[in-house]
Amino acid sequence: MSDGARPTPPAATSPVISLRTVSYRLPGGRVLLDALTLDVARGETLVLLGRSGSGKTTTMRLVNRLLEPSAGEVLVEGRATSQWDAIKLRRHIGYVIQETGLFPHFTIERNIALVPSLEGWAPDRVRARVAELMELVGLPSEMSARYPRQLSGGQRQRVGVARALAADPPILLMDEPFGALDPITRADLQNEFRALQRRLAKTILFVTHDLREALVLGDRIALLEGGRLMGLYTPAEFLRADEPLAAAYLAAFRAGDPPGAG
Amino acid sequence: MGLFEFFTAHRQEVWDLTAEHLVLVGAAIFCAVLIGMPLGVLTTRWRWLGRPVLGGANVMQTIPSLALLGFLLPVPWIGDRADRLAIVALTMYALLPILRNTAAGINGVDPSVVEAGRAMGMTSGQILLQVQLPLAMGVILAGVRVATVICVGTATIAAAVGAGGLGEFIFRGVAMVNNQLILAGAIPAAALALLADLLLGRVEKFFQTAV
Repeated sequence: MSDGARPTPPAATSPVISLRTVSYRLPGGRVLLDALTLDVARGETLVLLGRSGSGKTTTMRLVNRLLEPSAGEVLVEGRATSQWDAIKLRRHIGYVIQETGLFPHFTIERNIALVPSLEGWAPDRVRARVAELMELVGLPSEMSARYPRQLSGGQRQRVGVARALAADPPILLMDEPFGALDPITRADLQNEFRALQRRLAKTILFVTHDLREALVLGDRIALLEGGRLMGLYTPAEFLRADEPLAAAYLAAFRAGDPPGAG
Repeated sequence: MGLFEFFTAHRQEVWDLTAEHLVLVGAAIFCAVLIGMPLGVLTTRWRWLGRPVLGGANVMQTIPSLALLGFLLPVPWIGDRADRLAIVALTMYALLPILRNTAAGINGVDPSVVEAGRAMGMTSGQILLQVQLPLAMGVILAGVRVATVICVGTATIAAAVGAGGLGEFIFRGVAMVNNQLILAGAIPAAALALLADLLLGRVEKFFQTAV
C-alpha cells in the first residue's frame, strides 16, 4: 500500500483535538495516564495503539469529558473541555464502542436517530437522515424496525457507526469498534470504514490493540504503554521503527501472521 | 350449612368485603409505588442513601403487622380513620420490595449501555427515563408483584382496626370458633393473591420480552 493514497494531515491548521501534558489518576492514586501530549489534526485518523491498561480508552474518555483530567488540559477545537458544556461537547463528537453500546429496547431506527432526536430535529428530517445513514453503512432499509439482538455482530457494528455519524459530528471517537467481530467481517468493515473515512473526512481518534488494524486505518499511530506515549509514527515509519516496544509489536505481528490469515 | 351454601347465601357481603379488600390493597400499592420508585431511583443516584433507606424499609417489614397498627393508631391524622390507618400500614409493608427492586433493576442495567447514553450526550434525566427505567421495568414490576401478594395477605389484619376487607370474616370466625367463616375470608383472599400474581406476572413478562 502506498502512502500517497492517504490524505496528508494538514499540519499548518490548529489541531482539532489537543492534549497538553494530560494526566489522569484514580481517586486511589493509581496513575492511568501520565503527562500525555498529543495533537490530532483536522481530517486525520490517529490510532491509539496499546495493550489493555495502557491508557488508550482513558485518553478517549477524557476527550468527550466522560472523565476530567487530574492535571493538564484537553482542548477540542481550541477550547478546553472544561469550558465546554459537557452535553454539547458530546453531541459534537460521535462515539462508537464495541457492540454492547446499542440500546437493546430501541429499534435500529431509534438507535440511529438518537442524537438527532435529542437535538430536536423534525421527525421527517430524522427519518430521511436514518435512511441515508443506513445506506451509507450498508444496512438494508427493512432492518430499521428490528431490534439489536436480531442482528449479527457485524450488522450491529454498522448500526453503531451510523448512530455515531447521525448528527454529522466533525469528530469521531472509536473504541475498538471492530474488536468483537470475526476476522472476515472485521476485514470487510475495516475496508468499508477506510472508504467512508476518505469520503467524510472526519477527525478520528481510534483505539485498538491490533497492530494490523492500526496500520490499515491510521494516518498516524500513537503507541501507548503504562499511561505514557512511547512513540508517534506514520504506518510506514512504524514498520521501520527500531524502538524496543514498537519492534516488539512488529515481531509479534510478524510471528503471528501466517500467509493468507485475515 | 356447607361452605358453598354460605357463599351463595352471603354473596353480597362476600363481594362487598372483597371490594373493600381490593381498595385497601390497591391504594396501598399505589402509594408504595409512588414513594418507593422515586426513592429507589434516588438510592442509585446518591449511594450513601442506599443503606439508611433500605435499612429503614427493612425494619418496617420486621414489625409485626398487628403491632404496627397499634403503633400508628395514636398518630394524628393517620389514626383518625380506620381505612387510612390500614392503608398507611400496608404501604409501609409494600415499600421494601418495590424500593429494593427499583434500585436493583436500575443498577442491573448494562453499564456500557448507560455509558453509551452519556457519551452520546444524553442528560442524566434522559438516561433515566429513556434507558434505565425502561430496561429496569421487568425487575421493578417483579417487585410490585411481590408487594401486591404480600399486601393481599396482610390486608386481612385491617379488620382488626375496623377497616373492613376479607379479614372481617376471619376475625369473626376466630371469635365464634367457626372454621367456615374463617374459610369464607381466607379462600377469597388466597384467590385474590393468586389472581394478582398471575396478572402482574403477565405484565412483567410482557415488559421483559419487549426489552
